[in-house]
Amino acid sequence: MSEPKHAAAAAAYLKDTAKVDWQDETLWLVRGKRDRLSKELPEWEQLREAASQIKLYSNSHLPELLEQFEQKAVANGAIVHWAKDAEEYRQIIGGLLQDHGVRLFVKSKSMLSEECGLVPYLKSLGIDAVETDLGERIIQLMGLKPSHIVLPAVHIKREEVGRLFEREMGTEPGNSDPTYLTHAARRNLREYFLHADAGMTGANFAVASTGEVVVCTNEGNADMGTSLPKLQIAAFGIDKLVPDRESLGVFTRLLARTATGQPVTTYTTHYSAPRPGSEFHIVLVDNGRSRILADREHFRLLNCLRCGGCMNTCPVYRRSGGYSYSYFIPGPVGINLGMTADPKRHQGNLSACSLCHSCNDVCPVKMDLADQIYSWRQHYHASPAKKVLSDGMRAVMGGPGRFHAALAAAPGLVKAMKACGIQWGSGREFPDFAPVKQQKKIDSLDHEQ
Amino acid sequence: MKVALFIPCYVRAVDPDVIEACWKLLRHLGVDVEIPPGQTCCGQPMGNAGYEEDTKALKARFETLFQQYDVIVGPSSSCVAYIREHYGDLFRGRIFEICEYIHDVLKPESLPGRFPHKVSLHNSCHGTRLAALAAPSELNIPYFNKLKDLLGLIDGVEVVEPERRDECCGFGGLFSVEESAVSVKMGTDKVRRHIETGAEYITAADSSCLMHQGGIIAAKKLPIKTIHILKILACGL
Repeated sequence: MSEPKHAAAAAAYLKDTAKVDWQDETLWLVRGKRDRLSKELPEWEQLREAASQIKLYSNSHLPELLEQFEQKAVANGAIVHWAKDAEEYRQIIGGLLQDHGVRLFVKSKSMLSEECGLVPYLKSLGIDAVETDLGERIIQLMGLKPSHIVLPAVHIKREEVGRLFEREMGTEPGNSDPTYLTHAARRNLREYFLHADAGMTGANFAVASTGEVVVCTNEGNADMGTSLPKLQIAAFGIDKLVPDRESLGVFTRLLARTATGQPVTTYTTHYSAPRPGSEFHIVLVDNGRSRILADREHFRLLNCLRCGGCMNTCPVYRRSGGYSYSYFIPGPVGINLGMTADPKRHQGNLSACSLCHSCNDVCPVKMDLADQIYSWRQHYHASPAKKVLSDGMRAVMGGPGRFHAALAAAPGLVKAMKACGIQWGSGREFPDFAPVKQQKKIDSLDHEQ
Repeated sequence: MKVALFIPCYVRAVDPDVIEACWKLLRHLGVDVEIPPGQTCCGQPMGNAGYEEDTKALKARFETLFQQYDVIVGPSSSCVAYIREHYGDLFRGRIFEICEYIHDVLKPESLPGRFPHKVSLHNSCHGTRLAALAAPSELNIPYFNKLKDLLGLIDGVEVVEPERRDECCGFGGLFSVEESAVSVKMGTDKVRRHIETGAEYITAADSSCLMHQGGIIAAKKLPIKTIHILKILACGL
């Protein structure tokens, strides 16, 4: 089944111009911060190249790196699980929580848990999973999905957060001061941290040579959530593997600078061993990743750090919002990842790209995102109207005779269309085609002296 | 050395004077350029829309017309980049966007003519990020802008760049039709930023971006005009 097309959703979204402009400016600010920070490092482009090469190396040496990671992690005292798909991932985590009698469960941000539908599944088991990243918590309380992978609540205004917290946490009516609201959220979340039976994180990186799981956050919520409970789980995709700490250093220098324009995240935590008296479980998840790895045109997608940099720079994403895309990851990388997950369902996102290639140049691991969108378009044709236009153009361009006849007809045709009020999209007129005489002048140039 | 002028289909259709400007410039700079007759389209619009497979005949026509030439120049970074990327090795190293060719190969030290106007330079996506006409704002490499360098040869012209100097204007070929709402919004924002520079003209090396922005200017009757960069460079010829 095909989801609704991006173009239609975006057209509806664009009706609220003030909100669109606000969202565009907010995201552009992040892109601007990223530009400034990246330009402070003279070696920035070498770092990107190194990161890309390390990822290509890691992903093409997964069998040995994964085994090395498992060996080290087990030696460190962790318990390692393997999940081939979303269902196994859910069952492993659900099973662990049930075995430990967990009722209240705190988790930090993990796109994998969105990908695998963890929270709704746990709910069906009667386990309350509380998101502890502030943005994710806001979204969870509102009953929404993230609209951006790093800034999940970037589309929510602070006044809306104020009203939400007033209802959920009893904050002062009408107070939407960010510092005040953040303190309220902190107090509220602290209760969950204190009483949770288990805590979970995803991972930004997993270091094969040491068996460490590395989690980068700004709020310290991952650290809070894993510091008290007797059960700690870290679940992540097998694409998070990096060979060693030295290569990890390349990524930590790129990640926060690209994602949010910070030199480094406030907290970069290396988890290796369980705390005394507690258990540390690691769940390594495939869920389609080895299939992507086998895809000659798209294996580079496994380079992705989930930094969101491509979203912030994408002129289409900034003007159409995360919810205009059918896949839970929007923007350039989301268009691509959606296609690897279920092409028939997500081909309606393929139009959301003007092929400007800005994402390619922002990507810290040098994914060829725009080229990959071009490539998907060759195999999936979501729009019959586009086929008609393409066929029409091709027919006209088939020979100079036809081409010139069409060009001779064009000025009159466009004039007639304009007279009927037909535009090239609302707010843009068709170009005036050059009169035949002017066009013909080109053909006589060669004979001039 | 045989040099051919490639005429992108939409340039012939909407702004053929650009071709005359190319012709004059190349002749002025001592290049004996030929215009192979029977040119239509390189296939880019269909390819970008997802129908590259259907453009085999167009590619074959292009190859037949141009393969005998040592150098091919064309006034469209987008089409030139497309041919470099999608035509295999056939034209590698010998097809150039015309401003790139003038700047990198012909290297004129002066051009005649005077254009006493303030122009806002539109750095197109494919010109900047695929054809290296300027340093992309995303990359940490030293700033350069070949179009700005060339405009500097013309007396009287004041060149400025808009805020977000190389953000996409939203044309994108059939993107402008399929995603027309987003495309018009992108173009509207772009034109506004050009206007905010106080320029009288938006200039670019790509007629496609100018055609799209021109459509927005016309629909909203905005106080700025578009002009192809080659018309400025050839204004004294």
